[in-house]
Amino acid sequence: MTAADDLGSPSGPGSYRPAAGHTGAGLLDLRPAPAAATRARMFAAQTRLELILTLRRGESVLLTMIIPIGLLAFFTAVDVLPSGAEKSVDFLVPGVLALAVMSTAFTGQAIATGFERSYGVLKRLGATPLPRSILLAGKTAAVLAVEVIQLVLLVAVGFALGWDPAGGAGAVPSVLALLVLGTAAFSGLGLLMAGTLRAEATLAAANGVYLLLLLIGGVVFPLSKLPGWLRAIAEVLPTAALSDGLRDVLADGSGPGVRNLVVLAVWAVVTLGLAARTFRWE
Amino acid sequence: MAEILAISVTGLVKTYSARSVPSRSGAARAEGSRGPGRRGRRSSAAPSLRPAPFTEVSTTPAPFAAPAGRGAPSEGRIRAVDNLSLSVPVGSVTALLGPNGAGKTTTVEICEGFRRADAGEVRILGLDPIGDAVALRPRVGVMLQAGGMYPGARAGEMLRLVAAHHRHPLDPAALLDRLGLTDSAGTPFRRLSGGQQQRLSLAMAVVGRPELVFLDEPTAGLDVAGRRTTWELIEELRTAGVTVVLTTHAMDEAERLADQVIIINRGRVVAVGSPAELTRGGAEGQLRFRAPTGLELGKLLLALPEGTTAHEGPVGHYLVQGTVDPQLLAAVTAWCAGNGVLAEDLRVEQRTLEDVFVELTGSELAS
Repeated sequence: MTAADDLGSPSGPGSYRPAAGHTGAGLLDLRPAPAAATRARMFAAQTRLELILTLRRGESVLLTMIIPIGLLAFFTAVDVLPSGAEKSVDFLVPGVLALAVMSTAFTGQAIATGFERSYGVLKRLGATPLPRSILLAGKTAAVLAVEVIQLVLLVAVGFALGWDPAGGAGAVPSVLALLVLGTAAFSGLGLLMAGTLRAEATLAAANGVYLLLLLIGGVVFPLSKLPGWLRAIAEVLPTAALSDGLRDVLADGSGPGVRNLVVLAVWAVVTLGLAARTFRWE
Repeated sequence: MAEILAISVTGLVKTYSARSVPSRSGAARAEGSRGPGRRGRRSSAAPSLRPAPFTEVSTTPAPFAAPAGRGAPSEGRIRAVDNLSLSVPVGSVTALLGPNGAGKTTTVEICEGFRRADAGEVRILGLDPIGDAVALRPRVGVMLQAGGMYPGARAGEMLRLVAAHHRHPLDPAALLDRLGLTDSAGTPFRRLSGGQQQRLSLAMAVVGRPELVFLDEPTAGLDVAGRRTTWELIEELRTAGVTVVLTTHAMDEAERLADQVIIINRGRVVAVGSPAELTRGGAEGQLRFRAPTGLELGKLLLALPEGTTAHEGPVGHYLVQGTVDPQLLAAVTAWCAGNGVLAEDLRVEQRTLEDVFVELTGSELAS
């Protein structure tokens, strides 16, 4: 029986009894059979949908893919940045990678989660067998998946523009450590906002913070160009720590810098801890 | 043998500070009385405020003129639910009926574990809705009044997601088909019509094959076909042994679907019973007719059974109240014939659930 048959059956609005010629009754076995799915199945389903929804949102693709790639291409071609003696692309790729992490883990996640909260999605899912930990794990996995796509695209564009990273294969563990810590710090900040502010306030604040950190985060020009007091502030912010650390590894061939790792780790612990305490699900 | 209870609520109290009264989430929906026009049949006599049979919590009914609303504020707090008790047998369909702000949704959300009661005991399938949430969630299906969907997710994606949270879900495609949503499966939630959103929300409540489902206004805003589809599914759920609790403003919905109707007003249960028990109300009915003014009603009453009353209301309009059965009708018309009176516009009127509701709550259903 098709939906059209069902709706088009001749019985009038008053015939509500299933026995009244309803032949589709056997189609659905409504007898109770309650049980939660396995955690792995729930995790896979959450991750998959979160990822699809993120990639489907035009503004999210603009924020996480087009803007970072555009900045990288633009500032490489138009050499207006005071990036010293080194090639601008070598300076820019680490900064834009940091921006990409921030846009996905912080800005995109904060806005999406804020609206999910205001639309009652989190409340609704709270009534299914889905544990909150798996809801959050699915979000994190989707963020990491988007970051992998960003990384591949940005590295490819960087190479196409003549990027020549330092450090070789030995740089990979340091880069991964920085990316993971940065993702944790930005996710914590994003979820802290999304879980406490109204969705509209989260939208405004997340965009504002994005712009601020883009400007003073060492993304497209070095911190050394900032006035001293502003630099002192910028250095304890996660964007600068991430871009600075990535640049230490990928441009200078040195280690990620203890201070950068500590700054990111402190942000991660504090914001995730606060988010866990203050997050309101509806 | 003791009845097996799916839900047992005793002495439930929930207050909100005056500033934090929860509002309906999501987009406002058109609401109104969806019952057929019955206004002409409502008694114009003073309402007899009689609790229906099996009233568990018999309280002073609301003053007739009082606006429907939450209980009186006390110490700056509003009592949304005020010493409310109810029980729901396993495998039954129970309708919570009440005006806006009566406390229906608050009661349901406490049962669903979304809110914590200030006082009282709530057992859902024998368990605590908050303390035993992990055990309860697979067993209880929930349909919220509005929202609850990823705005960008397509209808099919949303239903498959919830299905993936359960071990033995219904086939999402078959369920969409049943609810007439197959053609909308690829439509993002925010672009579904209100009725399609409602039906999707219903699908999400039942896809996990729960033992107990809470449906908060399942047919609000649905067209005739959508209501019928929803009613059929609810009937089938009962046939399959699922316990259904629904809130509604719609009298005809409660009358048709519910084994048990619980009328809630100002945070309290004012009447409990089957639709038949509530509307029978001691077999009360009335007979109206028009005839020349000044009939000797005392003599008429002699021809009628004990306990029957008769009045002339507006000039020439007569009202006979009592056990309206064929014998009463015959006695009235025989008496009229014997006195050479032609009774015009003779009407037999039964109480409807709406009449009961208005008597008990002093408010219209529509808002």
